[in-house]
Amino acid sequence: MDKSACIAKVEDLYQRDSRKVFATLVRLLGDFELAEEAMHEAFAAALQQWPEQGLPHNPLAWLVSAGKFKALDGIRRKQKFGQLQPDLQRLAEELGEHQEYMAEQEIEDERLRLIFTCCHPAIDARIQVPLTLREVCGLTTEEIASAFLTQPATLAQRIVRGKAKIRDARIPFKIPELAELPARLDAVLSVIYLIFNEGYSASAGDAAIRRDLSDEAIRLTRLVLELLPDPEVMGLLALMLLHESRRAARTDENGDLVLLEDQDRSVWDRQMIEEGKQLVRRALATRRFGFYTLQAAISAVHADAASPQETDWHQIVALYSLLLQVEDSPIIALNRAVAVAMRDGPGAGLEIIDQLLRHKELAQYHLAYSARGELLRRSGQPQLARQAYAQALSLAKQAPERRFLQARLAELDA
Amino acid sequence: MQYMLLIYGDENSWTEQEREECMLESMKITDELAAQGKYIAASPLHPVSMATSLRVRDGKRQITDGPFAETTEQLGGYYLIDVADLDEALAIASRLPPAKKGTVEIRPLFPLPEPN
Repeated sequence: MDKSACIAKVEDLYQRDSRKVFATLVRLLGDFELAEEAMHEAFAAALQQWPEQGLPHNPLAWLVSAGKFKALDGIRRKQKFGQLQPDLQRLAEELGEHQEYMAEQEIEDERLRLIFTCCHPAIDARIQVPLTLREVCGLTTEEIASAFLTQPATLAQRIVRGKAKIRDARIPFKIPELAELPARLDAVLSVIYLIFNEGYSASAGDAAIRRDLSDEAIRLTRLVLELLPDPEVMGLLALMLLHESRRAARTDENGDLVLLEDQDRSVWDRQMIEEGKQLVRRALATRRFGFYTLQAAISAVHADAASPQETDWHQIVALYSLLLQVEDSPIIALNRAVAVAMRDGPGAGLEIIDQLLRHKELAQYHLAYSARGELLRRSGQPQLARQAYAQALSLAKQAPERRFLQARLAELDA
Repeated sequence: MQYMLLIYGDENSWTEQEREECMLESMKITDELAAQGKYIAASPLHPVSMATSLRVRDGKRQITDGPFAETTEQLGGYYLIDVADLDEALAIASRLPPAKKGTVEIRPLFPLPEPN
Protein backbone atom coordinates (compact mmCIF):
# COMPACT_ATOMS: atom_id res chain seq x y z
CA MET A 1 0.00 0.00 0.00
CA ASP A 2 1.48 3.39 -0.93
CA LYS A 3 1.71 6.34 1.40
CA SER A 4 -1.32 8.25 0.23
CA ALA A 5 -3.45 5.09 0.49
CA CYS A 6 -2.21 4.60 4.05
CA ILE A 7 -3.16 8.15 4.97
CA ALA A 8 -6.58 7.67 3.37
CA LYS A 9 -7.00 4.48 5.42
CA VAL A 10 -6.23 6.31 8.66
CA GLU A 11 -8.72 9.03 7.78
CA ASP A 12 -11.34 6.44 6.91
CA LEU A 13 -10.80 4.60 10.19
CA TYR A 14 -11.06 7.88 12.05
CA GLN A 15 -14.43 8.61 10.43
CA ARG A 16 -15.89 5.18 11.01
CA ASP A 17 -14.22 3.66 14.02
CA SER A 18 -12.69 6.36 16.21
CA ARG A 19 -15.55 6.02 18.72
CA LYS A 20 -14.84 2.29 19.07
CA VAL A 21 -11.21 3.03 19.87
CA PHE A 22 -12.36 5.76 22.23
CA ALA A 23 -14.87 3.45 23.99
CA THR A 24 -12.15 0.86 24.54
CA LEU A 25 -9.74 3.46 25.91
CA VAL A 26 -12.41 4.88 28.23
CA ARG A 27 -12.84 1.49 29.82
CA LEU A 28 -9.11 0.82 30.08
CA LEU A 29 -8.30 4.28 31.41
CA GLY A 30 -11.53 4.87 33.35
CA ASP A 31 -11.41 8.53 32.39
CA PHE A 32 -13.07 10.33 29.47
CA GLU A 33 -10.52 13.15 29.11
CA LEU A 34 -7.52 10.83 29.19
CA ALA A 35 -9.23 8.56 26.66
CA GLU A 36 -10.12 11.38 24.27
CA GLU A 37 -6.55 12.64 24.34
CA ALA A 38 -5.06 9.16 23.97
CA MET A 39 -7.38 8.35 21.06
CA HIS A 40 -6.26 11.45 19.14
CA GLU A 41 -2.61 10.76 19.86
CA ALA A 42 -3.02 7.20 18.63
CA PHE A 43 -4.45 8.38 15.31
CA ALA A 44 -1.67 10.96 15.01
CA ALA A 45 0.88 8.18 15.57
CA ALA A 46 -0.82 6.05 12.90
CA LEU A 47 -0.57 8.92 10.42
CA GLN A 48 3.18 9.06 11.04
CA GLN A 49 4.02 5.37 11.29
CA TRP A 50 1.76 3.50 8.90
CA PRO A 51 3.02 5.18 5.70
CA GLU A 52 6.58 4.23 6.77
CA GLN A 53 6.05 0.79 8.31
CA GLY A 54 2.96 -0.39 6.44
CA LEU A 55 -0.56 -1.13 7.63
CA PRO A 56 -0.70 -3.19 10.85
CA HIS A 57 -2.41 -6.57 10.77
CA ASN A 58 -5.26 -5.41 13.03
CA PRO A 59 -5.47 -1.61 12.74
CA LEU A 60 -8.07 -1.08 15.51
CA ALA A 61 -6.11 -3.15 18.01
CA TRP A 62 -2.99 -1.24 17.00
CA LEU A 63 -4.76 2.07 17.68
CA VAL A 64 -6.05 0.90 21.07
CA SER A 65 -2.61 -0.31 22.02
CA ALA A 66 -0.96 2.91 20.84
CA GLY A 67 -3.53 4.98 22.75
CA LYS A 68 -2.88 2.98 25.88
CA PHE A 69 0.87 3.53 25.71
CA LYS A 70 0.42 7.23 24.97
CA ALA A 71 -1.73 7.49 28.09
CA LEU A 72 0.82 5.51 30.07
CA ASP A 73 3.56 7.89 28.89
CA GLY A 74 1.44 10.83 29.99
CA ILE A 75 0.90 9.28 33.40
CA ARG A 76 4.63 8.62 33.77
CA ARG A 77 5.46 12.20 32.81
CA LYS A 78 3.14 13.47 35.49
CA GLN A 79 4.75 11.09 37.95
CA LYS A 80 8.13 12.72 37.36
CA PHE A 81 6.68 16.01 38.43
CA GLY A 82 5.51 14.31 41.59
CA GLN A 83 1.80 15.02 41.12
CA LEU A 84 0.55 11.48 40.54
CA GLN A 85 -2.61 10.65 42.42
CA PRO A 86 -3.11 7.21 43.92
CA ASP A 87 -5.76 6.21 41.37
CA LEU A 88 -3.45 7.16 38.50
CA GLN A 89 -0.69 5.14 40.13
CA ARG A 90 -3.02 2.12 40.24
CA LEU A 91 -4.05 2.76 36.65
CA ALA A 92 -0.45 2.84 35.45
CA GLU A 93 0.16 -0.51 37.14
CA GLU A 94 -2.96 -2.05 35.64
CA LEU A 95 -2.19 -0.78 32.16
CA GLY A 96 1.30 -2.20 32.35
CA GLU A 97 -0.20 -5.65 32.93
CA HIS A 98 -2.53 -5.50 29.91
CA GLN A 99 -0.01 -5.89 27.15
CA GLU A 100 -1.89 -8.21 24.85
CA TYR A 101 -3.64 -7.13 21.69
CA MET A 102 -7.43 -7.13 21.68
CA ALA A 103 -9.49 -9.13 19.26
CA GLU A 104 -11.63 -7.23 16.75
CA GLN A 105 -14.89 -8.46 18.30
CA GLU A 106 -13.83 -7.33 21.76
CA ILE A 107 -13.38 -3.80 20.42
CA GLU A 108 -16.84 -3.96 18.79
CA ASP A 109 -18.37 -4.78 22.20
CA GLU A 110 -16.78 -1.76 23.85
CA ARG A 111 -19.30 0.72 22.44
CA LEU A 112 -22.15 -1.32 23.86
CA ARG A 113 -20.48 -1.23 27.29
CA LEU A 114 -20.21 2.51 26.97
CA ILE A 115 -23.93 2.84 26.09
CA PHE A 116 -24.88 1.00 29.26
CA THR A 117 -22.58 3.29 31.23
CA CYS A 118 -23.98 6.50 29.68
CA CYS A 119 -27.57 5.28 30.23
CA HIS A 120 -26.94 4.16 33.82
CA PRO A 121 -29.91 4.99 36.07
CA ALA A 122 -27.50 6.75 38.46
CA ILE A 123 -27.16 9.44 35.78
CA ASP A 124 -29.91 12.03 35.44
CA ALA A 125 -32.25 11.22 32.52
CA ARG A 126 -31.64 14.66 30.96
CA ILE A 127 -27.93 13.91 30.91
CA GLN A 128 -28.17 10.37 29.47
CA VAL A 129 -29.26 11.44 25.97
CA PRO A 130 -26.64 14.13 25.27
CA LEU A 131 -23.95 12.06 27.00
CA THR A 132 -24.69 9.07 24.76
CA LEU A 133 -24.70 11.21 21.63
CA ARG A 134 -21.44 12.89 22.58
CA GLU A 135 -19.45 9.97 23.92
CA VAL A 136 -20.82 6.95 22.06
CA CYS A 137 -21.78 8.56 18.74
CA GLY A 138 -19.13 11.29 18.72
CA LEU A 139 -21.51 14.16 17.85
CA THR A 140 -20.22 17.58 18.81
CA THR A 141 -21.91 19.57 21.56
CA GLU A 142 -22.93 22.16 18.94
CA GLU A 143 -24.62 19.51 16.80
CA ILE A 144 -26.53 18.10 19.76
CA ALA A 145 -27.51 21.59 20.90
CA SER A 146 -28.84 22.50 17.48
CA ALA A 147 -30.90 19.31 17.27
CA PHE A 148 -32.42 19.78 20.71
CA LEU A 149 -32.71 23.57 20.54
CA THR A 150 -30.67 23.91 23.70
CA GLN A 151 -27.82 26.28 24.47
CA PRO A 152 -24.47 24.57 23.78
CA ALA A 153 -23.17 25.83 27.14
CA THR A 154 -26.06 24.15 28.99
CA LEU A 155 -25.48 20.89 27.17
CA ALA A 156 -21.72 21.02 27.68
CA GLN A 157 -22.36 21.46 31.40
CA ARG A 158 -24.64 18.43 31.51
CA ILE A 159 -22.13 16.29 29.65
CA VAL A 160 -19.34 17.35 32.02
CA ARG A 161 -21.57 16.50 34.98
CA GLY A 162 -22.33 13.08 33.53
CA LYS A 163 -18.68 12.28 32.94
CA ALA A 164 -17.72 13.43 36.42
CA LYS A 165 -20.42 11.21 37.93
CA ILE A 166 -19.16 8.18 35.99
CA ARG A 167 -15.61 8.84 37.14
CA ASP A 168 -16.17 9.83 40.77
CA ALA A 169 -18.97 7.42 41.64
CA ARG A 170 -17.20 4.76 39.58
CA ILE A 171 -20.07 3.70 37.39
CA PRO A 172 -18.65 0.57 35.76
CA PHE A 173 -17.95 0.11 32.06
CA LYS A 174 -19.67 -3.20 31.65
CA ILE A 175 -22.75 -4.91 30.36
CA PRO A 176 -25.04 -5.46 33.36
CA GLU A 177 -25.49 -8.87 34.87
CA LEU A 178 -28.33 -11.03 33.65
CA ALA A 179 -30.58 -10.29 36.63
CA GLU A 180 -30.44 -6.55 35.98
CA LEU A 181 -30.26 -6.68 32.22
CA PRO A 182 -33.98 -6.32 31.39
CA ALA A 183 -34.39 -3.13 33.44
CA ARG A 184 -31.09 -1.68 32.22
CA LEU A 185 -31.86 -2.59 28.62
CA ASP A 186 -35.18 -0.74 28.92
CA ALA A 187 -33.30 2.41 29.90
CA VAL A 188 -30.93 2.05 26.95
CA LEU A 189 -33.79 1.47 24.50
CA SER A 190 -35.74 4.45 25.76
CA VAL A 191 -32.69 6.71 25.38
CA ILE A 192 -32.23 5.45 21.82
CA TYR A 193 -35.94 5.93 21.09
CA LEU A 194 -35.75 9.51 22.40
CA ILE A 195 -32.78 10.17 20.14
CA PHE A 196 -34.70 8.76 17.19
CA ASN A 197 -37.86 10.75 17.89
CA GLU A 198 -35.89 13.94 18.28
CA GLY A 199 -34.45 13.29 14.84
CA TYR A 200 -37.74 12.20 13.34
CA SER A 201 -40.26 14.70 14.62
CA ALA A 202 -40.43 17.71 12.32
CA SER A 203 -40.83 20.13 15.21
CA ALA A 204 -37.77 22.32 14.83
CA GLY A 205 -34.04 22.45 14.37
CA ASP A 206 -31.60 21.78 11.55
CA ALA A 207 -33.04 19.14 9.21
CA ALA A 208 -29.69 17.57 8.29
CA ILE A 209 -28.58 17.12 11.89
CA ARG A 210 -31.97 15.75 12.84
CA ARG A 211 -31.57 13.13 10.15
CA ASP A 212 -28.16 12.27 11.62
CA LEU A 213 -29.85 11.66 14.96
CA SER A 214 -32.25 9.15 13.42
CA ASP A 215 -29.39 7.42 11.64
CA GLU A 216 -27.38 7.25 14.86
CA ALA A 217 -30.35 5.81 16.74
CA ILE A 218 -30.75 3.10 14.11
CA ARG A 219 -27.03 2.36 14.15
CA LEU A 220 -26.98 2.11 17.96
CA THR A 221 -29.92 -0.28 17.94
CA ARG A 222 -28.21 -2.46 15.34
CA LEU A 223 -25.21 -2.59 17.61
CA VAL A 224 -27.31 -3.52 20.65
CA LEU A 225 -29.16 -6.14 18.61
CA GLU A 226 -25.96 -7.73 17.37
CA LEU A 227 -24.85 -8.38 20.91
CA LEU A 228 -28.22 -8.85 22.64
CA PRO A 229 -30.77 -10.44 20.32
CA ASP A 230 -33.69 -9.51 22.57
CA PRO A 231 -37.19 -9.34 20.96
CA GLU A 232 -37.77 -5.76 22.10
CA VAL A 233 -34.47 -4.68 20.55
CA MET A 234 -35.70 -6.23 17.29
CA GLY A 235 -39.02 -4.45 17.81
CA LEU A 236 -37.37 -1.07 18.36
CA LEU A 237 -35.13 -1.44 15.31
CA ALA A 238 -38.14 -2.49 13.22
CA LEU A 239 -40.19 0.43 14.49
CA MET A 240 -37.49 2.94 13.63
CA LEU A 241 -36.85 1.45 10.18
CA LEU A 242 -40.56 1.44 9.35
CA HIS A 243 -40.93 5.07 10.44
CA GLU A 244 -37.73 6.10 8.69
CA SER A 245 -38.91 4.41 5.48
CA ARG A 246 -41.55 7.17 5.16
CA ARG A 247 -39.19 10.10 5.67
CA ALA A 248 -39.36 11.28 2.04
CA ALA A 249 -43.17 11.15 2.04
CA ARG A 250 -44.02 12.64 5.39
CA THR A 251 -43.25 16.30 4.68
CA ASP A 252 -44.10 18.33 1.60
CA GLU A 253 -41.90 20.86 -0.19
CA ASN A 254 -42.77 23.52 2.45
CA GLY A 255 -41.69 21.23 5.25
CA ASP A 256 -45.32 20.68 6.29
CA LEU A 257 -46.48 17.37 7.68
CA VAL A 258 -48.28 14.99 5.33
CA LEU A 259 -50.65 12.58 7.07
CA LEU A 260 -50.09 8.87 6.59
CA GLU A 261 -53.27 8.59 4.50
CA ASP A 262 -52.18 11.40 2.15
CA GLN A 263 -48.58 10.24 1.69
CA ASP A 264 -47.22 9.17 -1.69
CA ARG A 265 -46.57 5.52 -0.89
CA SER A 266 -44.44 5.03 -3.98
CA VAL A 267 -41.58 6.96 -2.35
CA TRP A 268 -41.54 4.83 0.79
CA ASP A 269 -38.20 3.04 1.15
CA ARG A 270 -39.05 -0.62 0.36
CA GLN A 271 -35.72 -1.94 1.57
CA MET A 272 -36.21 -0.51 5.05
CA ILE A 273 -39.78 -1.78 5.08
CA GLU A 274 -38.65 -5.31 4.18
CA GLU A 275 -36.02 -5.34 6.91
CA GLY A 276 -38.50 -3.89 9.40
CA LYS A 277 -41.12 -6.50 8.57
CA GLN A 278 -38.67 -9.35 8.92
CA LEU A 279 -37.63 -8.08 12.34
CA VAL A 280 -41.27 -7.77 13.43
CA ARG A 281 -41.89 -11.38 12.40
CA ARG A 282 -38.82 -12.56 14.31
CA ALA A 283 -39.83 -10.60 17.43
CA LEU A 284 -43.45 -11.76 17.34
CA ALA A 285 -42.31 -15.37 16.95
CA THR A 286 -40.52 -15.22 20.32
CA ARG A 287 -43.83 -14.49 22.09
CA ARG A 288 -41.85 -12.34 24.55
CA PHE A 289 -42.48 -9.10 22.67
CA GLY A 290 -43.70 -5.83 24.14
CA PHE A 291 -44.22 -2.12 23.57
CA TYR A 292 -41.82 -1.56 20.68
CA THR A 293 -42.66 -4.72 18.77
CA LEU A 294 -46.39 -4.04 18.87
CA GLN A 295 -45.93 -0.51 17.60
CA ALA A 296 -43.65 -1.83 14.86
CA ALA A 297 -46.27 -4.45 13.96
CA ILE A 298 -48.87 -1.69 13.52
CA SER A 299 -46.45 0.24 11.35
CA ALA A 300 -45.79 -2.91 9.31
CA VAL A 301 -49.51 -3.37 8.60
CA HIS A 302 -49.62 0.19 7.23
CA ALA A 303 -46.50 -0.50 5.17
CA ASP A 304 -48.21 -3.53 3.60
CA ALA A 305 -51.20 -1.56 2.33
CA ALA A 306 -50.99 -0.17 -1.19
CA SER A 307 -53.50 2.56 -0.22
CA PRO A 308 -55.21 3.74 2.99
CA GLN A 309 -58.43 2.00 1.91
CA GLU A 310 -56.66 -1.33 1.56
CA THR A 311 -55.26 -1.21 5.12
CA ASP A 312 -56.13 -4.20 7.31
CA TRP A 313 -57.90 -2.16 10.00
CA HIS A 314 -59.10 -5.27 11.84
CA GLN A 315 -55.51 -6.21 12.51
CA ILE A 316 -54.55 -2.68 13.47
CA VAL A 317 -57.38 -2.44 16.02
CA ALA A 318 -56.36 -5.83 17.45
CA LEU A 319 -52.72 -4.72 17.77
CA TYR A 320 -53.74 -1.45 19.47
CA SER A 321 -55.85 -3.44 21.93
CA LEU A 322 -52.78 -5.56 22.79
CA LEU A 323 -50.66 -2.43 23.07
CA LEU A 324 -53.15 -0.94 25.53
CA GLN A 325 -52.66 -4.01 27.71
CA VAL A 326 -48.89 -3.49 27.71
CA GLU A 327 -49.14 0.24 28.30
CA ASP A 328 -52.40 1.81 29.39
CA SER A 329 -51.96 5.25 27.87
CA PRO A 330 -54.72 7.62 26.72
CA ILE A 331 -52.73 8.45 23.59
CA ILE A 332 -52.67 4.78 22.55
CA ALA A 333 -56.40 4.63 23.31
CA LEU A 334 -56.90 7.63 21.01
CA ASN A 335 -54.96 5.95 18.20
CA ARG A 336 -57.05 2.84 18.70
CA ALA A 337 -60.24 4.94 18.42
CA VAL A 338 -59.07 6.31 15.07
CA ALA A 339 -58.41 2.76 13.86
CA VAL A 340 -61.87 1.66 15.08
CA ALA A 341 -63.35 4.53 13.04
CA MET A 342 -61.58 3.22 9.95
CA ARG A 343 -62.88 -0.29 10.61
CA ASP A 344 -66.45 0.42 11.76
CA GLY A 345 -67.13 3.96 10.53
CA PRO A 346 -66.63 7.43 12.08
CA GLY A 347 -69.53 7.07 14.55
CA ALA A 348 -67.87 4.19 16.41
CA GLY A 349 -64.60 6.12 16.69
CA LEU A 350 -66.33 9.30 17.87
CA GLU A 351 -68.02 7.39 20.65
CA ILE A 352 -64.66 6.22 22.04
CA ILE A 353 -62.99 9.63 21.65
CA ASP A 354 -65.83 11.40 23.50
CA GLN A 355 -65.47 8.87 26.29
CA LEU A 356 -61.71 9.50 26.44
CA LEU A 357 -62.22 13.27 26.52
CA ARG A 358 -64.49 12.93 29.54
CA HIS A 359 -61.54 11.37 31.39
CA LYS A 360 -59.65 14.69 31.42
CA GLU A 361 -56.21 13.25 30.61
CA LEU A 362 -56.65 14.13 26.95
CA ALA A 363 -58.58 17.36 27.54
CA GLN A 364 -55.52 19.51 26.73
CA TYR A 365 -54.22 17.28 23.95
CA HIS A 366 -54.66 18.96 20.56
CA LEU A 367 -54.56 15.69 18.59
CA ALA A 368 -57.65 14.40 20.42
CA TYR A 369 -59.69 17.37 19.09
CA SER A 370 -58.06 17.16 15.69
CA ALA A 371 -59.04 13.46 15.44
CA ARG A 372 -62.54 14.31 16.63
CA GLY A 373 -62.81 17.05 14.00
CA GLU A 374 -61.69 14.66 11.29
CA LEU A 375 -64.29 12.03 12.25
CA LEU A 376 -67.06 14.66 12.48
CA ARG A 377 -66.11 15.94 9.04
CA ARG A 378 -66.26 12.42 7.63
CA SER A 379 -69.66 11.80 9.20
CA GLY A 380 -71.05 14.94 7.51
CA GLN A 381 -71.17 17.32 10.49
CA PRO A 382 -69.05 20.27 9.26
CA GLN A 383 -70.27 22.70 11.94
CA LEU A 384 -69.19 20.45 14.82
CA ALA A 385 -66.01 19.52 12.94
CA ARG A 386 -65.15 23.20 12.70
CA GLN A 387 -65.51 23.65 16.45
CA ALA A 388 -63.29 20.65 17.16
CA TYR A 389 -60.55 21.83 14.78
CA ALA A 390 -60.69 25.32 16.28
CA GLN A 391 -60.23 23.84 19.73
CA ALA A 392 -57.28 21.76 18.45
CA LEU A 393 -55.73 24.90 16.96
CA SER A 394 -56.04 26.73 20.28
CA LEU A 395 -53.98 23.96 21.94
CA ALA A 396 -51.41 23.17 19.22
CA LYS A 397 -47.98 24.76 19.65
CA GLN A 398 -45.76 23.54 16.81
CA ALA A 399 -45.82 25.53 13.60
CA PRO A 400 -46.31 22.63 11.12
CA GLU A 401 -49.22 21.29 13.15
CA ARG A 402 -50.81 24.73 13.38
CA ARG A 403 -50.52 25.19 9.62
CA PHE A 404 -52.11 21.78 9.11
CA LEU A 405 -55.08 22.65 11.34
CA GLN A 406 -55.51 26.07 9.72
CA ALA A 407 -55.62 24.36 6.31
CA ARG A 408 -58.33 21.97 7.56
CA LEU A 409 -60.39 24.88 8.88
CA ALA A 410 -60.04 26.73 5.59
CA GLU A 411 -61.23 23.62 3.70
CA LEU A 412 -64.34 23.42 5.89
CA ASP A 413 -65.10 27.09 5.30
CA ALA A 414 -64.79 26.75 1.53
CA MET B 1 -13.61 1.97 45.83
CA GLN B 2 -15.15 2.96 49.14
CA TYR B 3 -18.78 3.97 49.43
CA MET B 4 -20.85 5.17 52.33
CA LEU B 5 -24.42 3.98 52.36
CA LEU B 6 -26.53 6.47 54.29
CA ILE B 7 -29.82 5.07 55.51
CA TYR B 8 -32.67 7.57 55.54
CA GLY B 9 -36.21 6.93 56.71
CA ASP B 10 -39.00 8.06 58.96
CA GLU B 11 -37.71 6.85 62.32
CA ASN B 12 -41.23 6.67 63.74
CA SER B 13 -42.48 4.30 61.06
CA TRP B 14 -40.84 1.17 62.51
CA THR B 15 -42.58 -1.27 64.84
CA GLU B 16 -40.49 -2.96 67.52
CA GLN B 17 -40.67 -6.25 65.65
CA GLU B 18 -39.63 -4.68 62.33
CA ARG B 19 -36.68 -3.03 64.06
CA GLU B 20 -35.55 -6.34 65.45
CA GLU B 21 -35.91 -8.16 62.13
CA CYS B 22 -34.03 -5.37 60.40
CA MET B 23 -31.21 -5.63 62.92
CA LEU B 24 -30.89 -9.40 62.45
CA GLU B 25 -30.94 -9.13 58.67
CA SER B 26 -28.41 -6.29 58.72
CA MET B 27 -26.04 -8.26 60.93
CA LYS B 28 -26.26 -11.18 58.52
CA ILE B 29 -25.32 -8.88 55.64
CA THR B 30 -22.42 -7.28 57.50
CA ASP B 31 -21.06 -10.75 58.39
CA GLU B 32 -21.23 -11.71 54.72
CA LEU B 33 -19.51 -8.50 53.64
CA ALA B 34 -16.81 -8.98 56.27
CA ALA B 35 -16.13 -12.52 55.03
CA GLN B 36 -15.65 -11.13 51.51
CA GLY B 37 -13.37 -8.32 52.68
CA LYS B 38 -15.89 -5.66 51.67
CA TYR B 39 -16.85 -4.45 55.12
CA ILE B 40 -15.28 -1.43 56.78
CA ALA B 41 -17.85 -0.24 59.31
CA ALA B 42 -21.58 0.03 59.94
CA SER B 43 -23.87 1.16 62.70
CA PRO B 44 -27.40 2.26 63.43
CA LEU B 45 -27.73 5.72 65.01
CA HIS B 46 -29.86 6.87 67.93
CA PRO B 47 -32.93 8.89 66.88
CA VAL B 48 -32.45 12.57 65.97
CA SER B 49 -33.91 13.57 69.34
CA MET B 50 -30.54 12.46 70.73
CA ALA B 51 -28.63 14.65 68.25
CA THR B 52 -26.56 17.67 69.24
CA SER B 53 -25.50 20.23 66.66
CA LEU B 54 -22.50 22.49 66.94
CA ARG B 55 -21.37 25.57 65.04
CA VAL B 56 -18.29 27.66 65.73
CA ARG B 57 -18.86 31.33 64.85
CA ASP B 58 -16.38 34.09 65.64
CA GLY B 59 -14.50 31.60 67.76
CA LYS B 60 -17.56 30.84 69.89
CA ARG B 61 -19.25 27.48 70.12
CA GLN B 62 -23.00 27.44 69.47
CA ILE B 63 -24.53 24.21 70.66
CA THR B 64 -28.14 23.28 69.95
CA ASP B 65 -30.32 20.33 70.83
CA GLY B 66 -31.47 18.49 67.69
CA PRO B 67 -30.38 17.60 64.17
CA PHE B 68 -28.78 19.77 61.47
CA ALA B 69 -32.21 20.15 59.82
CA GLU B 70 -35.74 19.06 60.63
CA THR B 71 -36.84 16.63 57.92
CA THR B 72 -39.56 14.02 57.49
CA GLU B 73 -36.91 11.34 56.85
CA GLN B 74 -33.86 11.18 59.05
CA LEU B 75 -30.40 9.67 58.86
CA GLY B 76 -30.76 6.46 60.84
CA GLY B 77 -27.54 4.59 60.18
CA TYR B 78 -24.67 3.98 57.81
CA TYR B 79 -22.50 1.36 56.16
CA LEU B 80 -18.98 1.91 54.97
CA ILE B 81 -18.04 -0.64 52.32
CA ASP B 82 -15.17 -1.32 49.91
CA VAL B 83 -16.36 -2.74 46.59
CA ALA B 84 -15.40 -2.71 42.90
CA ASP B 85 -17.86 -0.17 41.54
CA LEU B 86 -21.23 1.56 41.86
CA ASP B 87 -23.15 -1.45 40.56
CA GLU B 88 -21.80 -3.61 43.36
CA ALA B 89 -22.62 -0.89 45.91
CA LEU B 90 -26.14 -0.70 44.48
CA ALA B 91 -26.55 -4.47 44.69
CA ILE B 92 -25.61 -4.41 48.39
CA ALA B 93 -27.75 -1.35 49.13
CA SER B 94 -30.79 -2.97 47.56
CA ARG B 95 -30.51 -5.88 50.02
CA LEU B 96 -30.65 -3.64 53.10
CA PRO B 97 -34.05 -3.87 54.81
CA PRO B 98 -34.48 -0.06 55.21
CA ALA B 99 -34.29 0.33 51.41
CA LYS B 100 -37.84 -1.05 51.29
CA LYS B 101 -39.20 1.63 53.64
CA GLY B 102 -36.94 4.62 53.20
CA THR B 103 -34.03 5.65 51.00
CA VAL B 104 -30.42 4.54 50.83
CA GLU B 105 -28.11 7.28 49.60
CA ILE B 106 -24.88 5.99 48.10
CA ARG B 107 -21.92 8.33 48.30
CA PRO B 108 -18.44 7.52 47.01
CA LEU B 109 -15.67 8.49 49.41
CA PHE B 110 -13.30 11.12 48.08
CA PRO B 111 -9.88 9.45 48.10
CA LEU B 112 -7.13 11.59 49.60
CA PRO B 113 -3.53 11.32 48.34
CA GLU B 114 -1.54 9.03 50.61
CA PRO B 115 0.74 10.90 53.03
CA ASN B 116 4.42 10.87 52.05
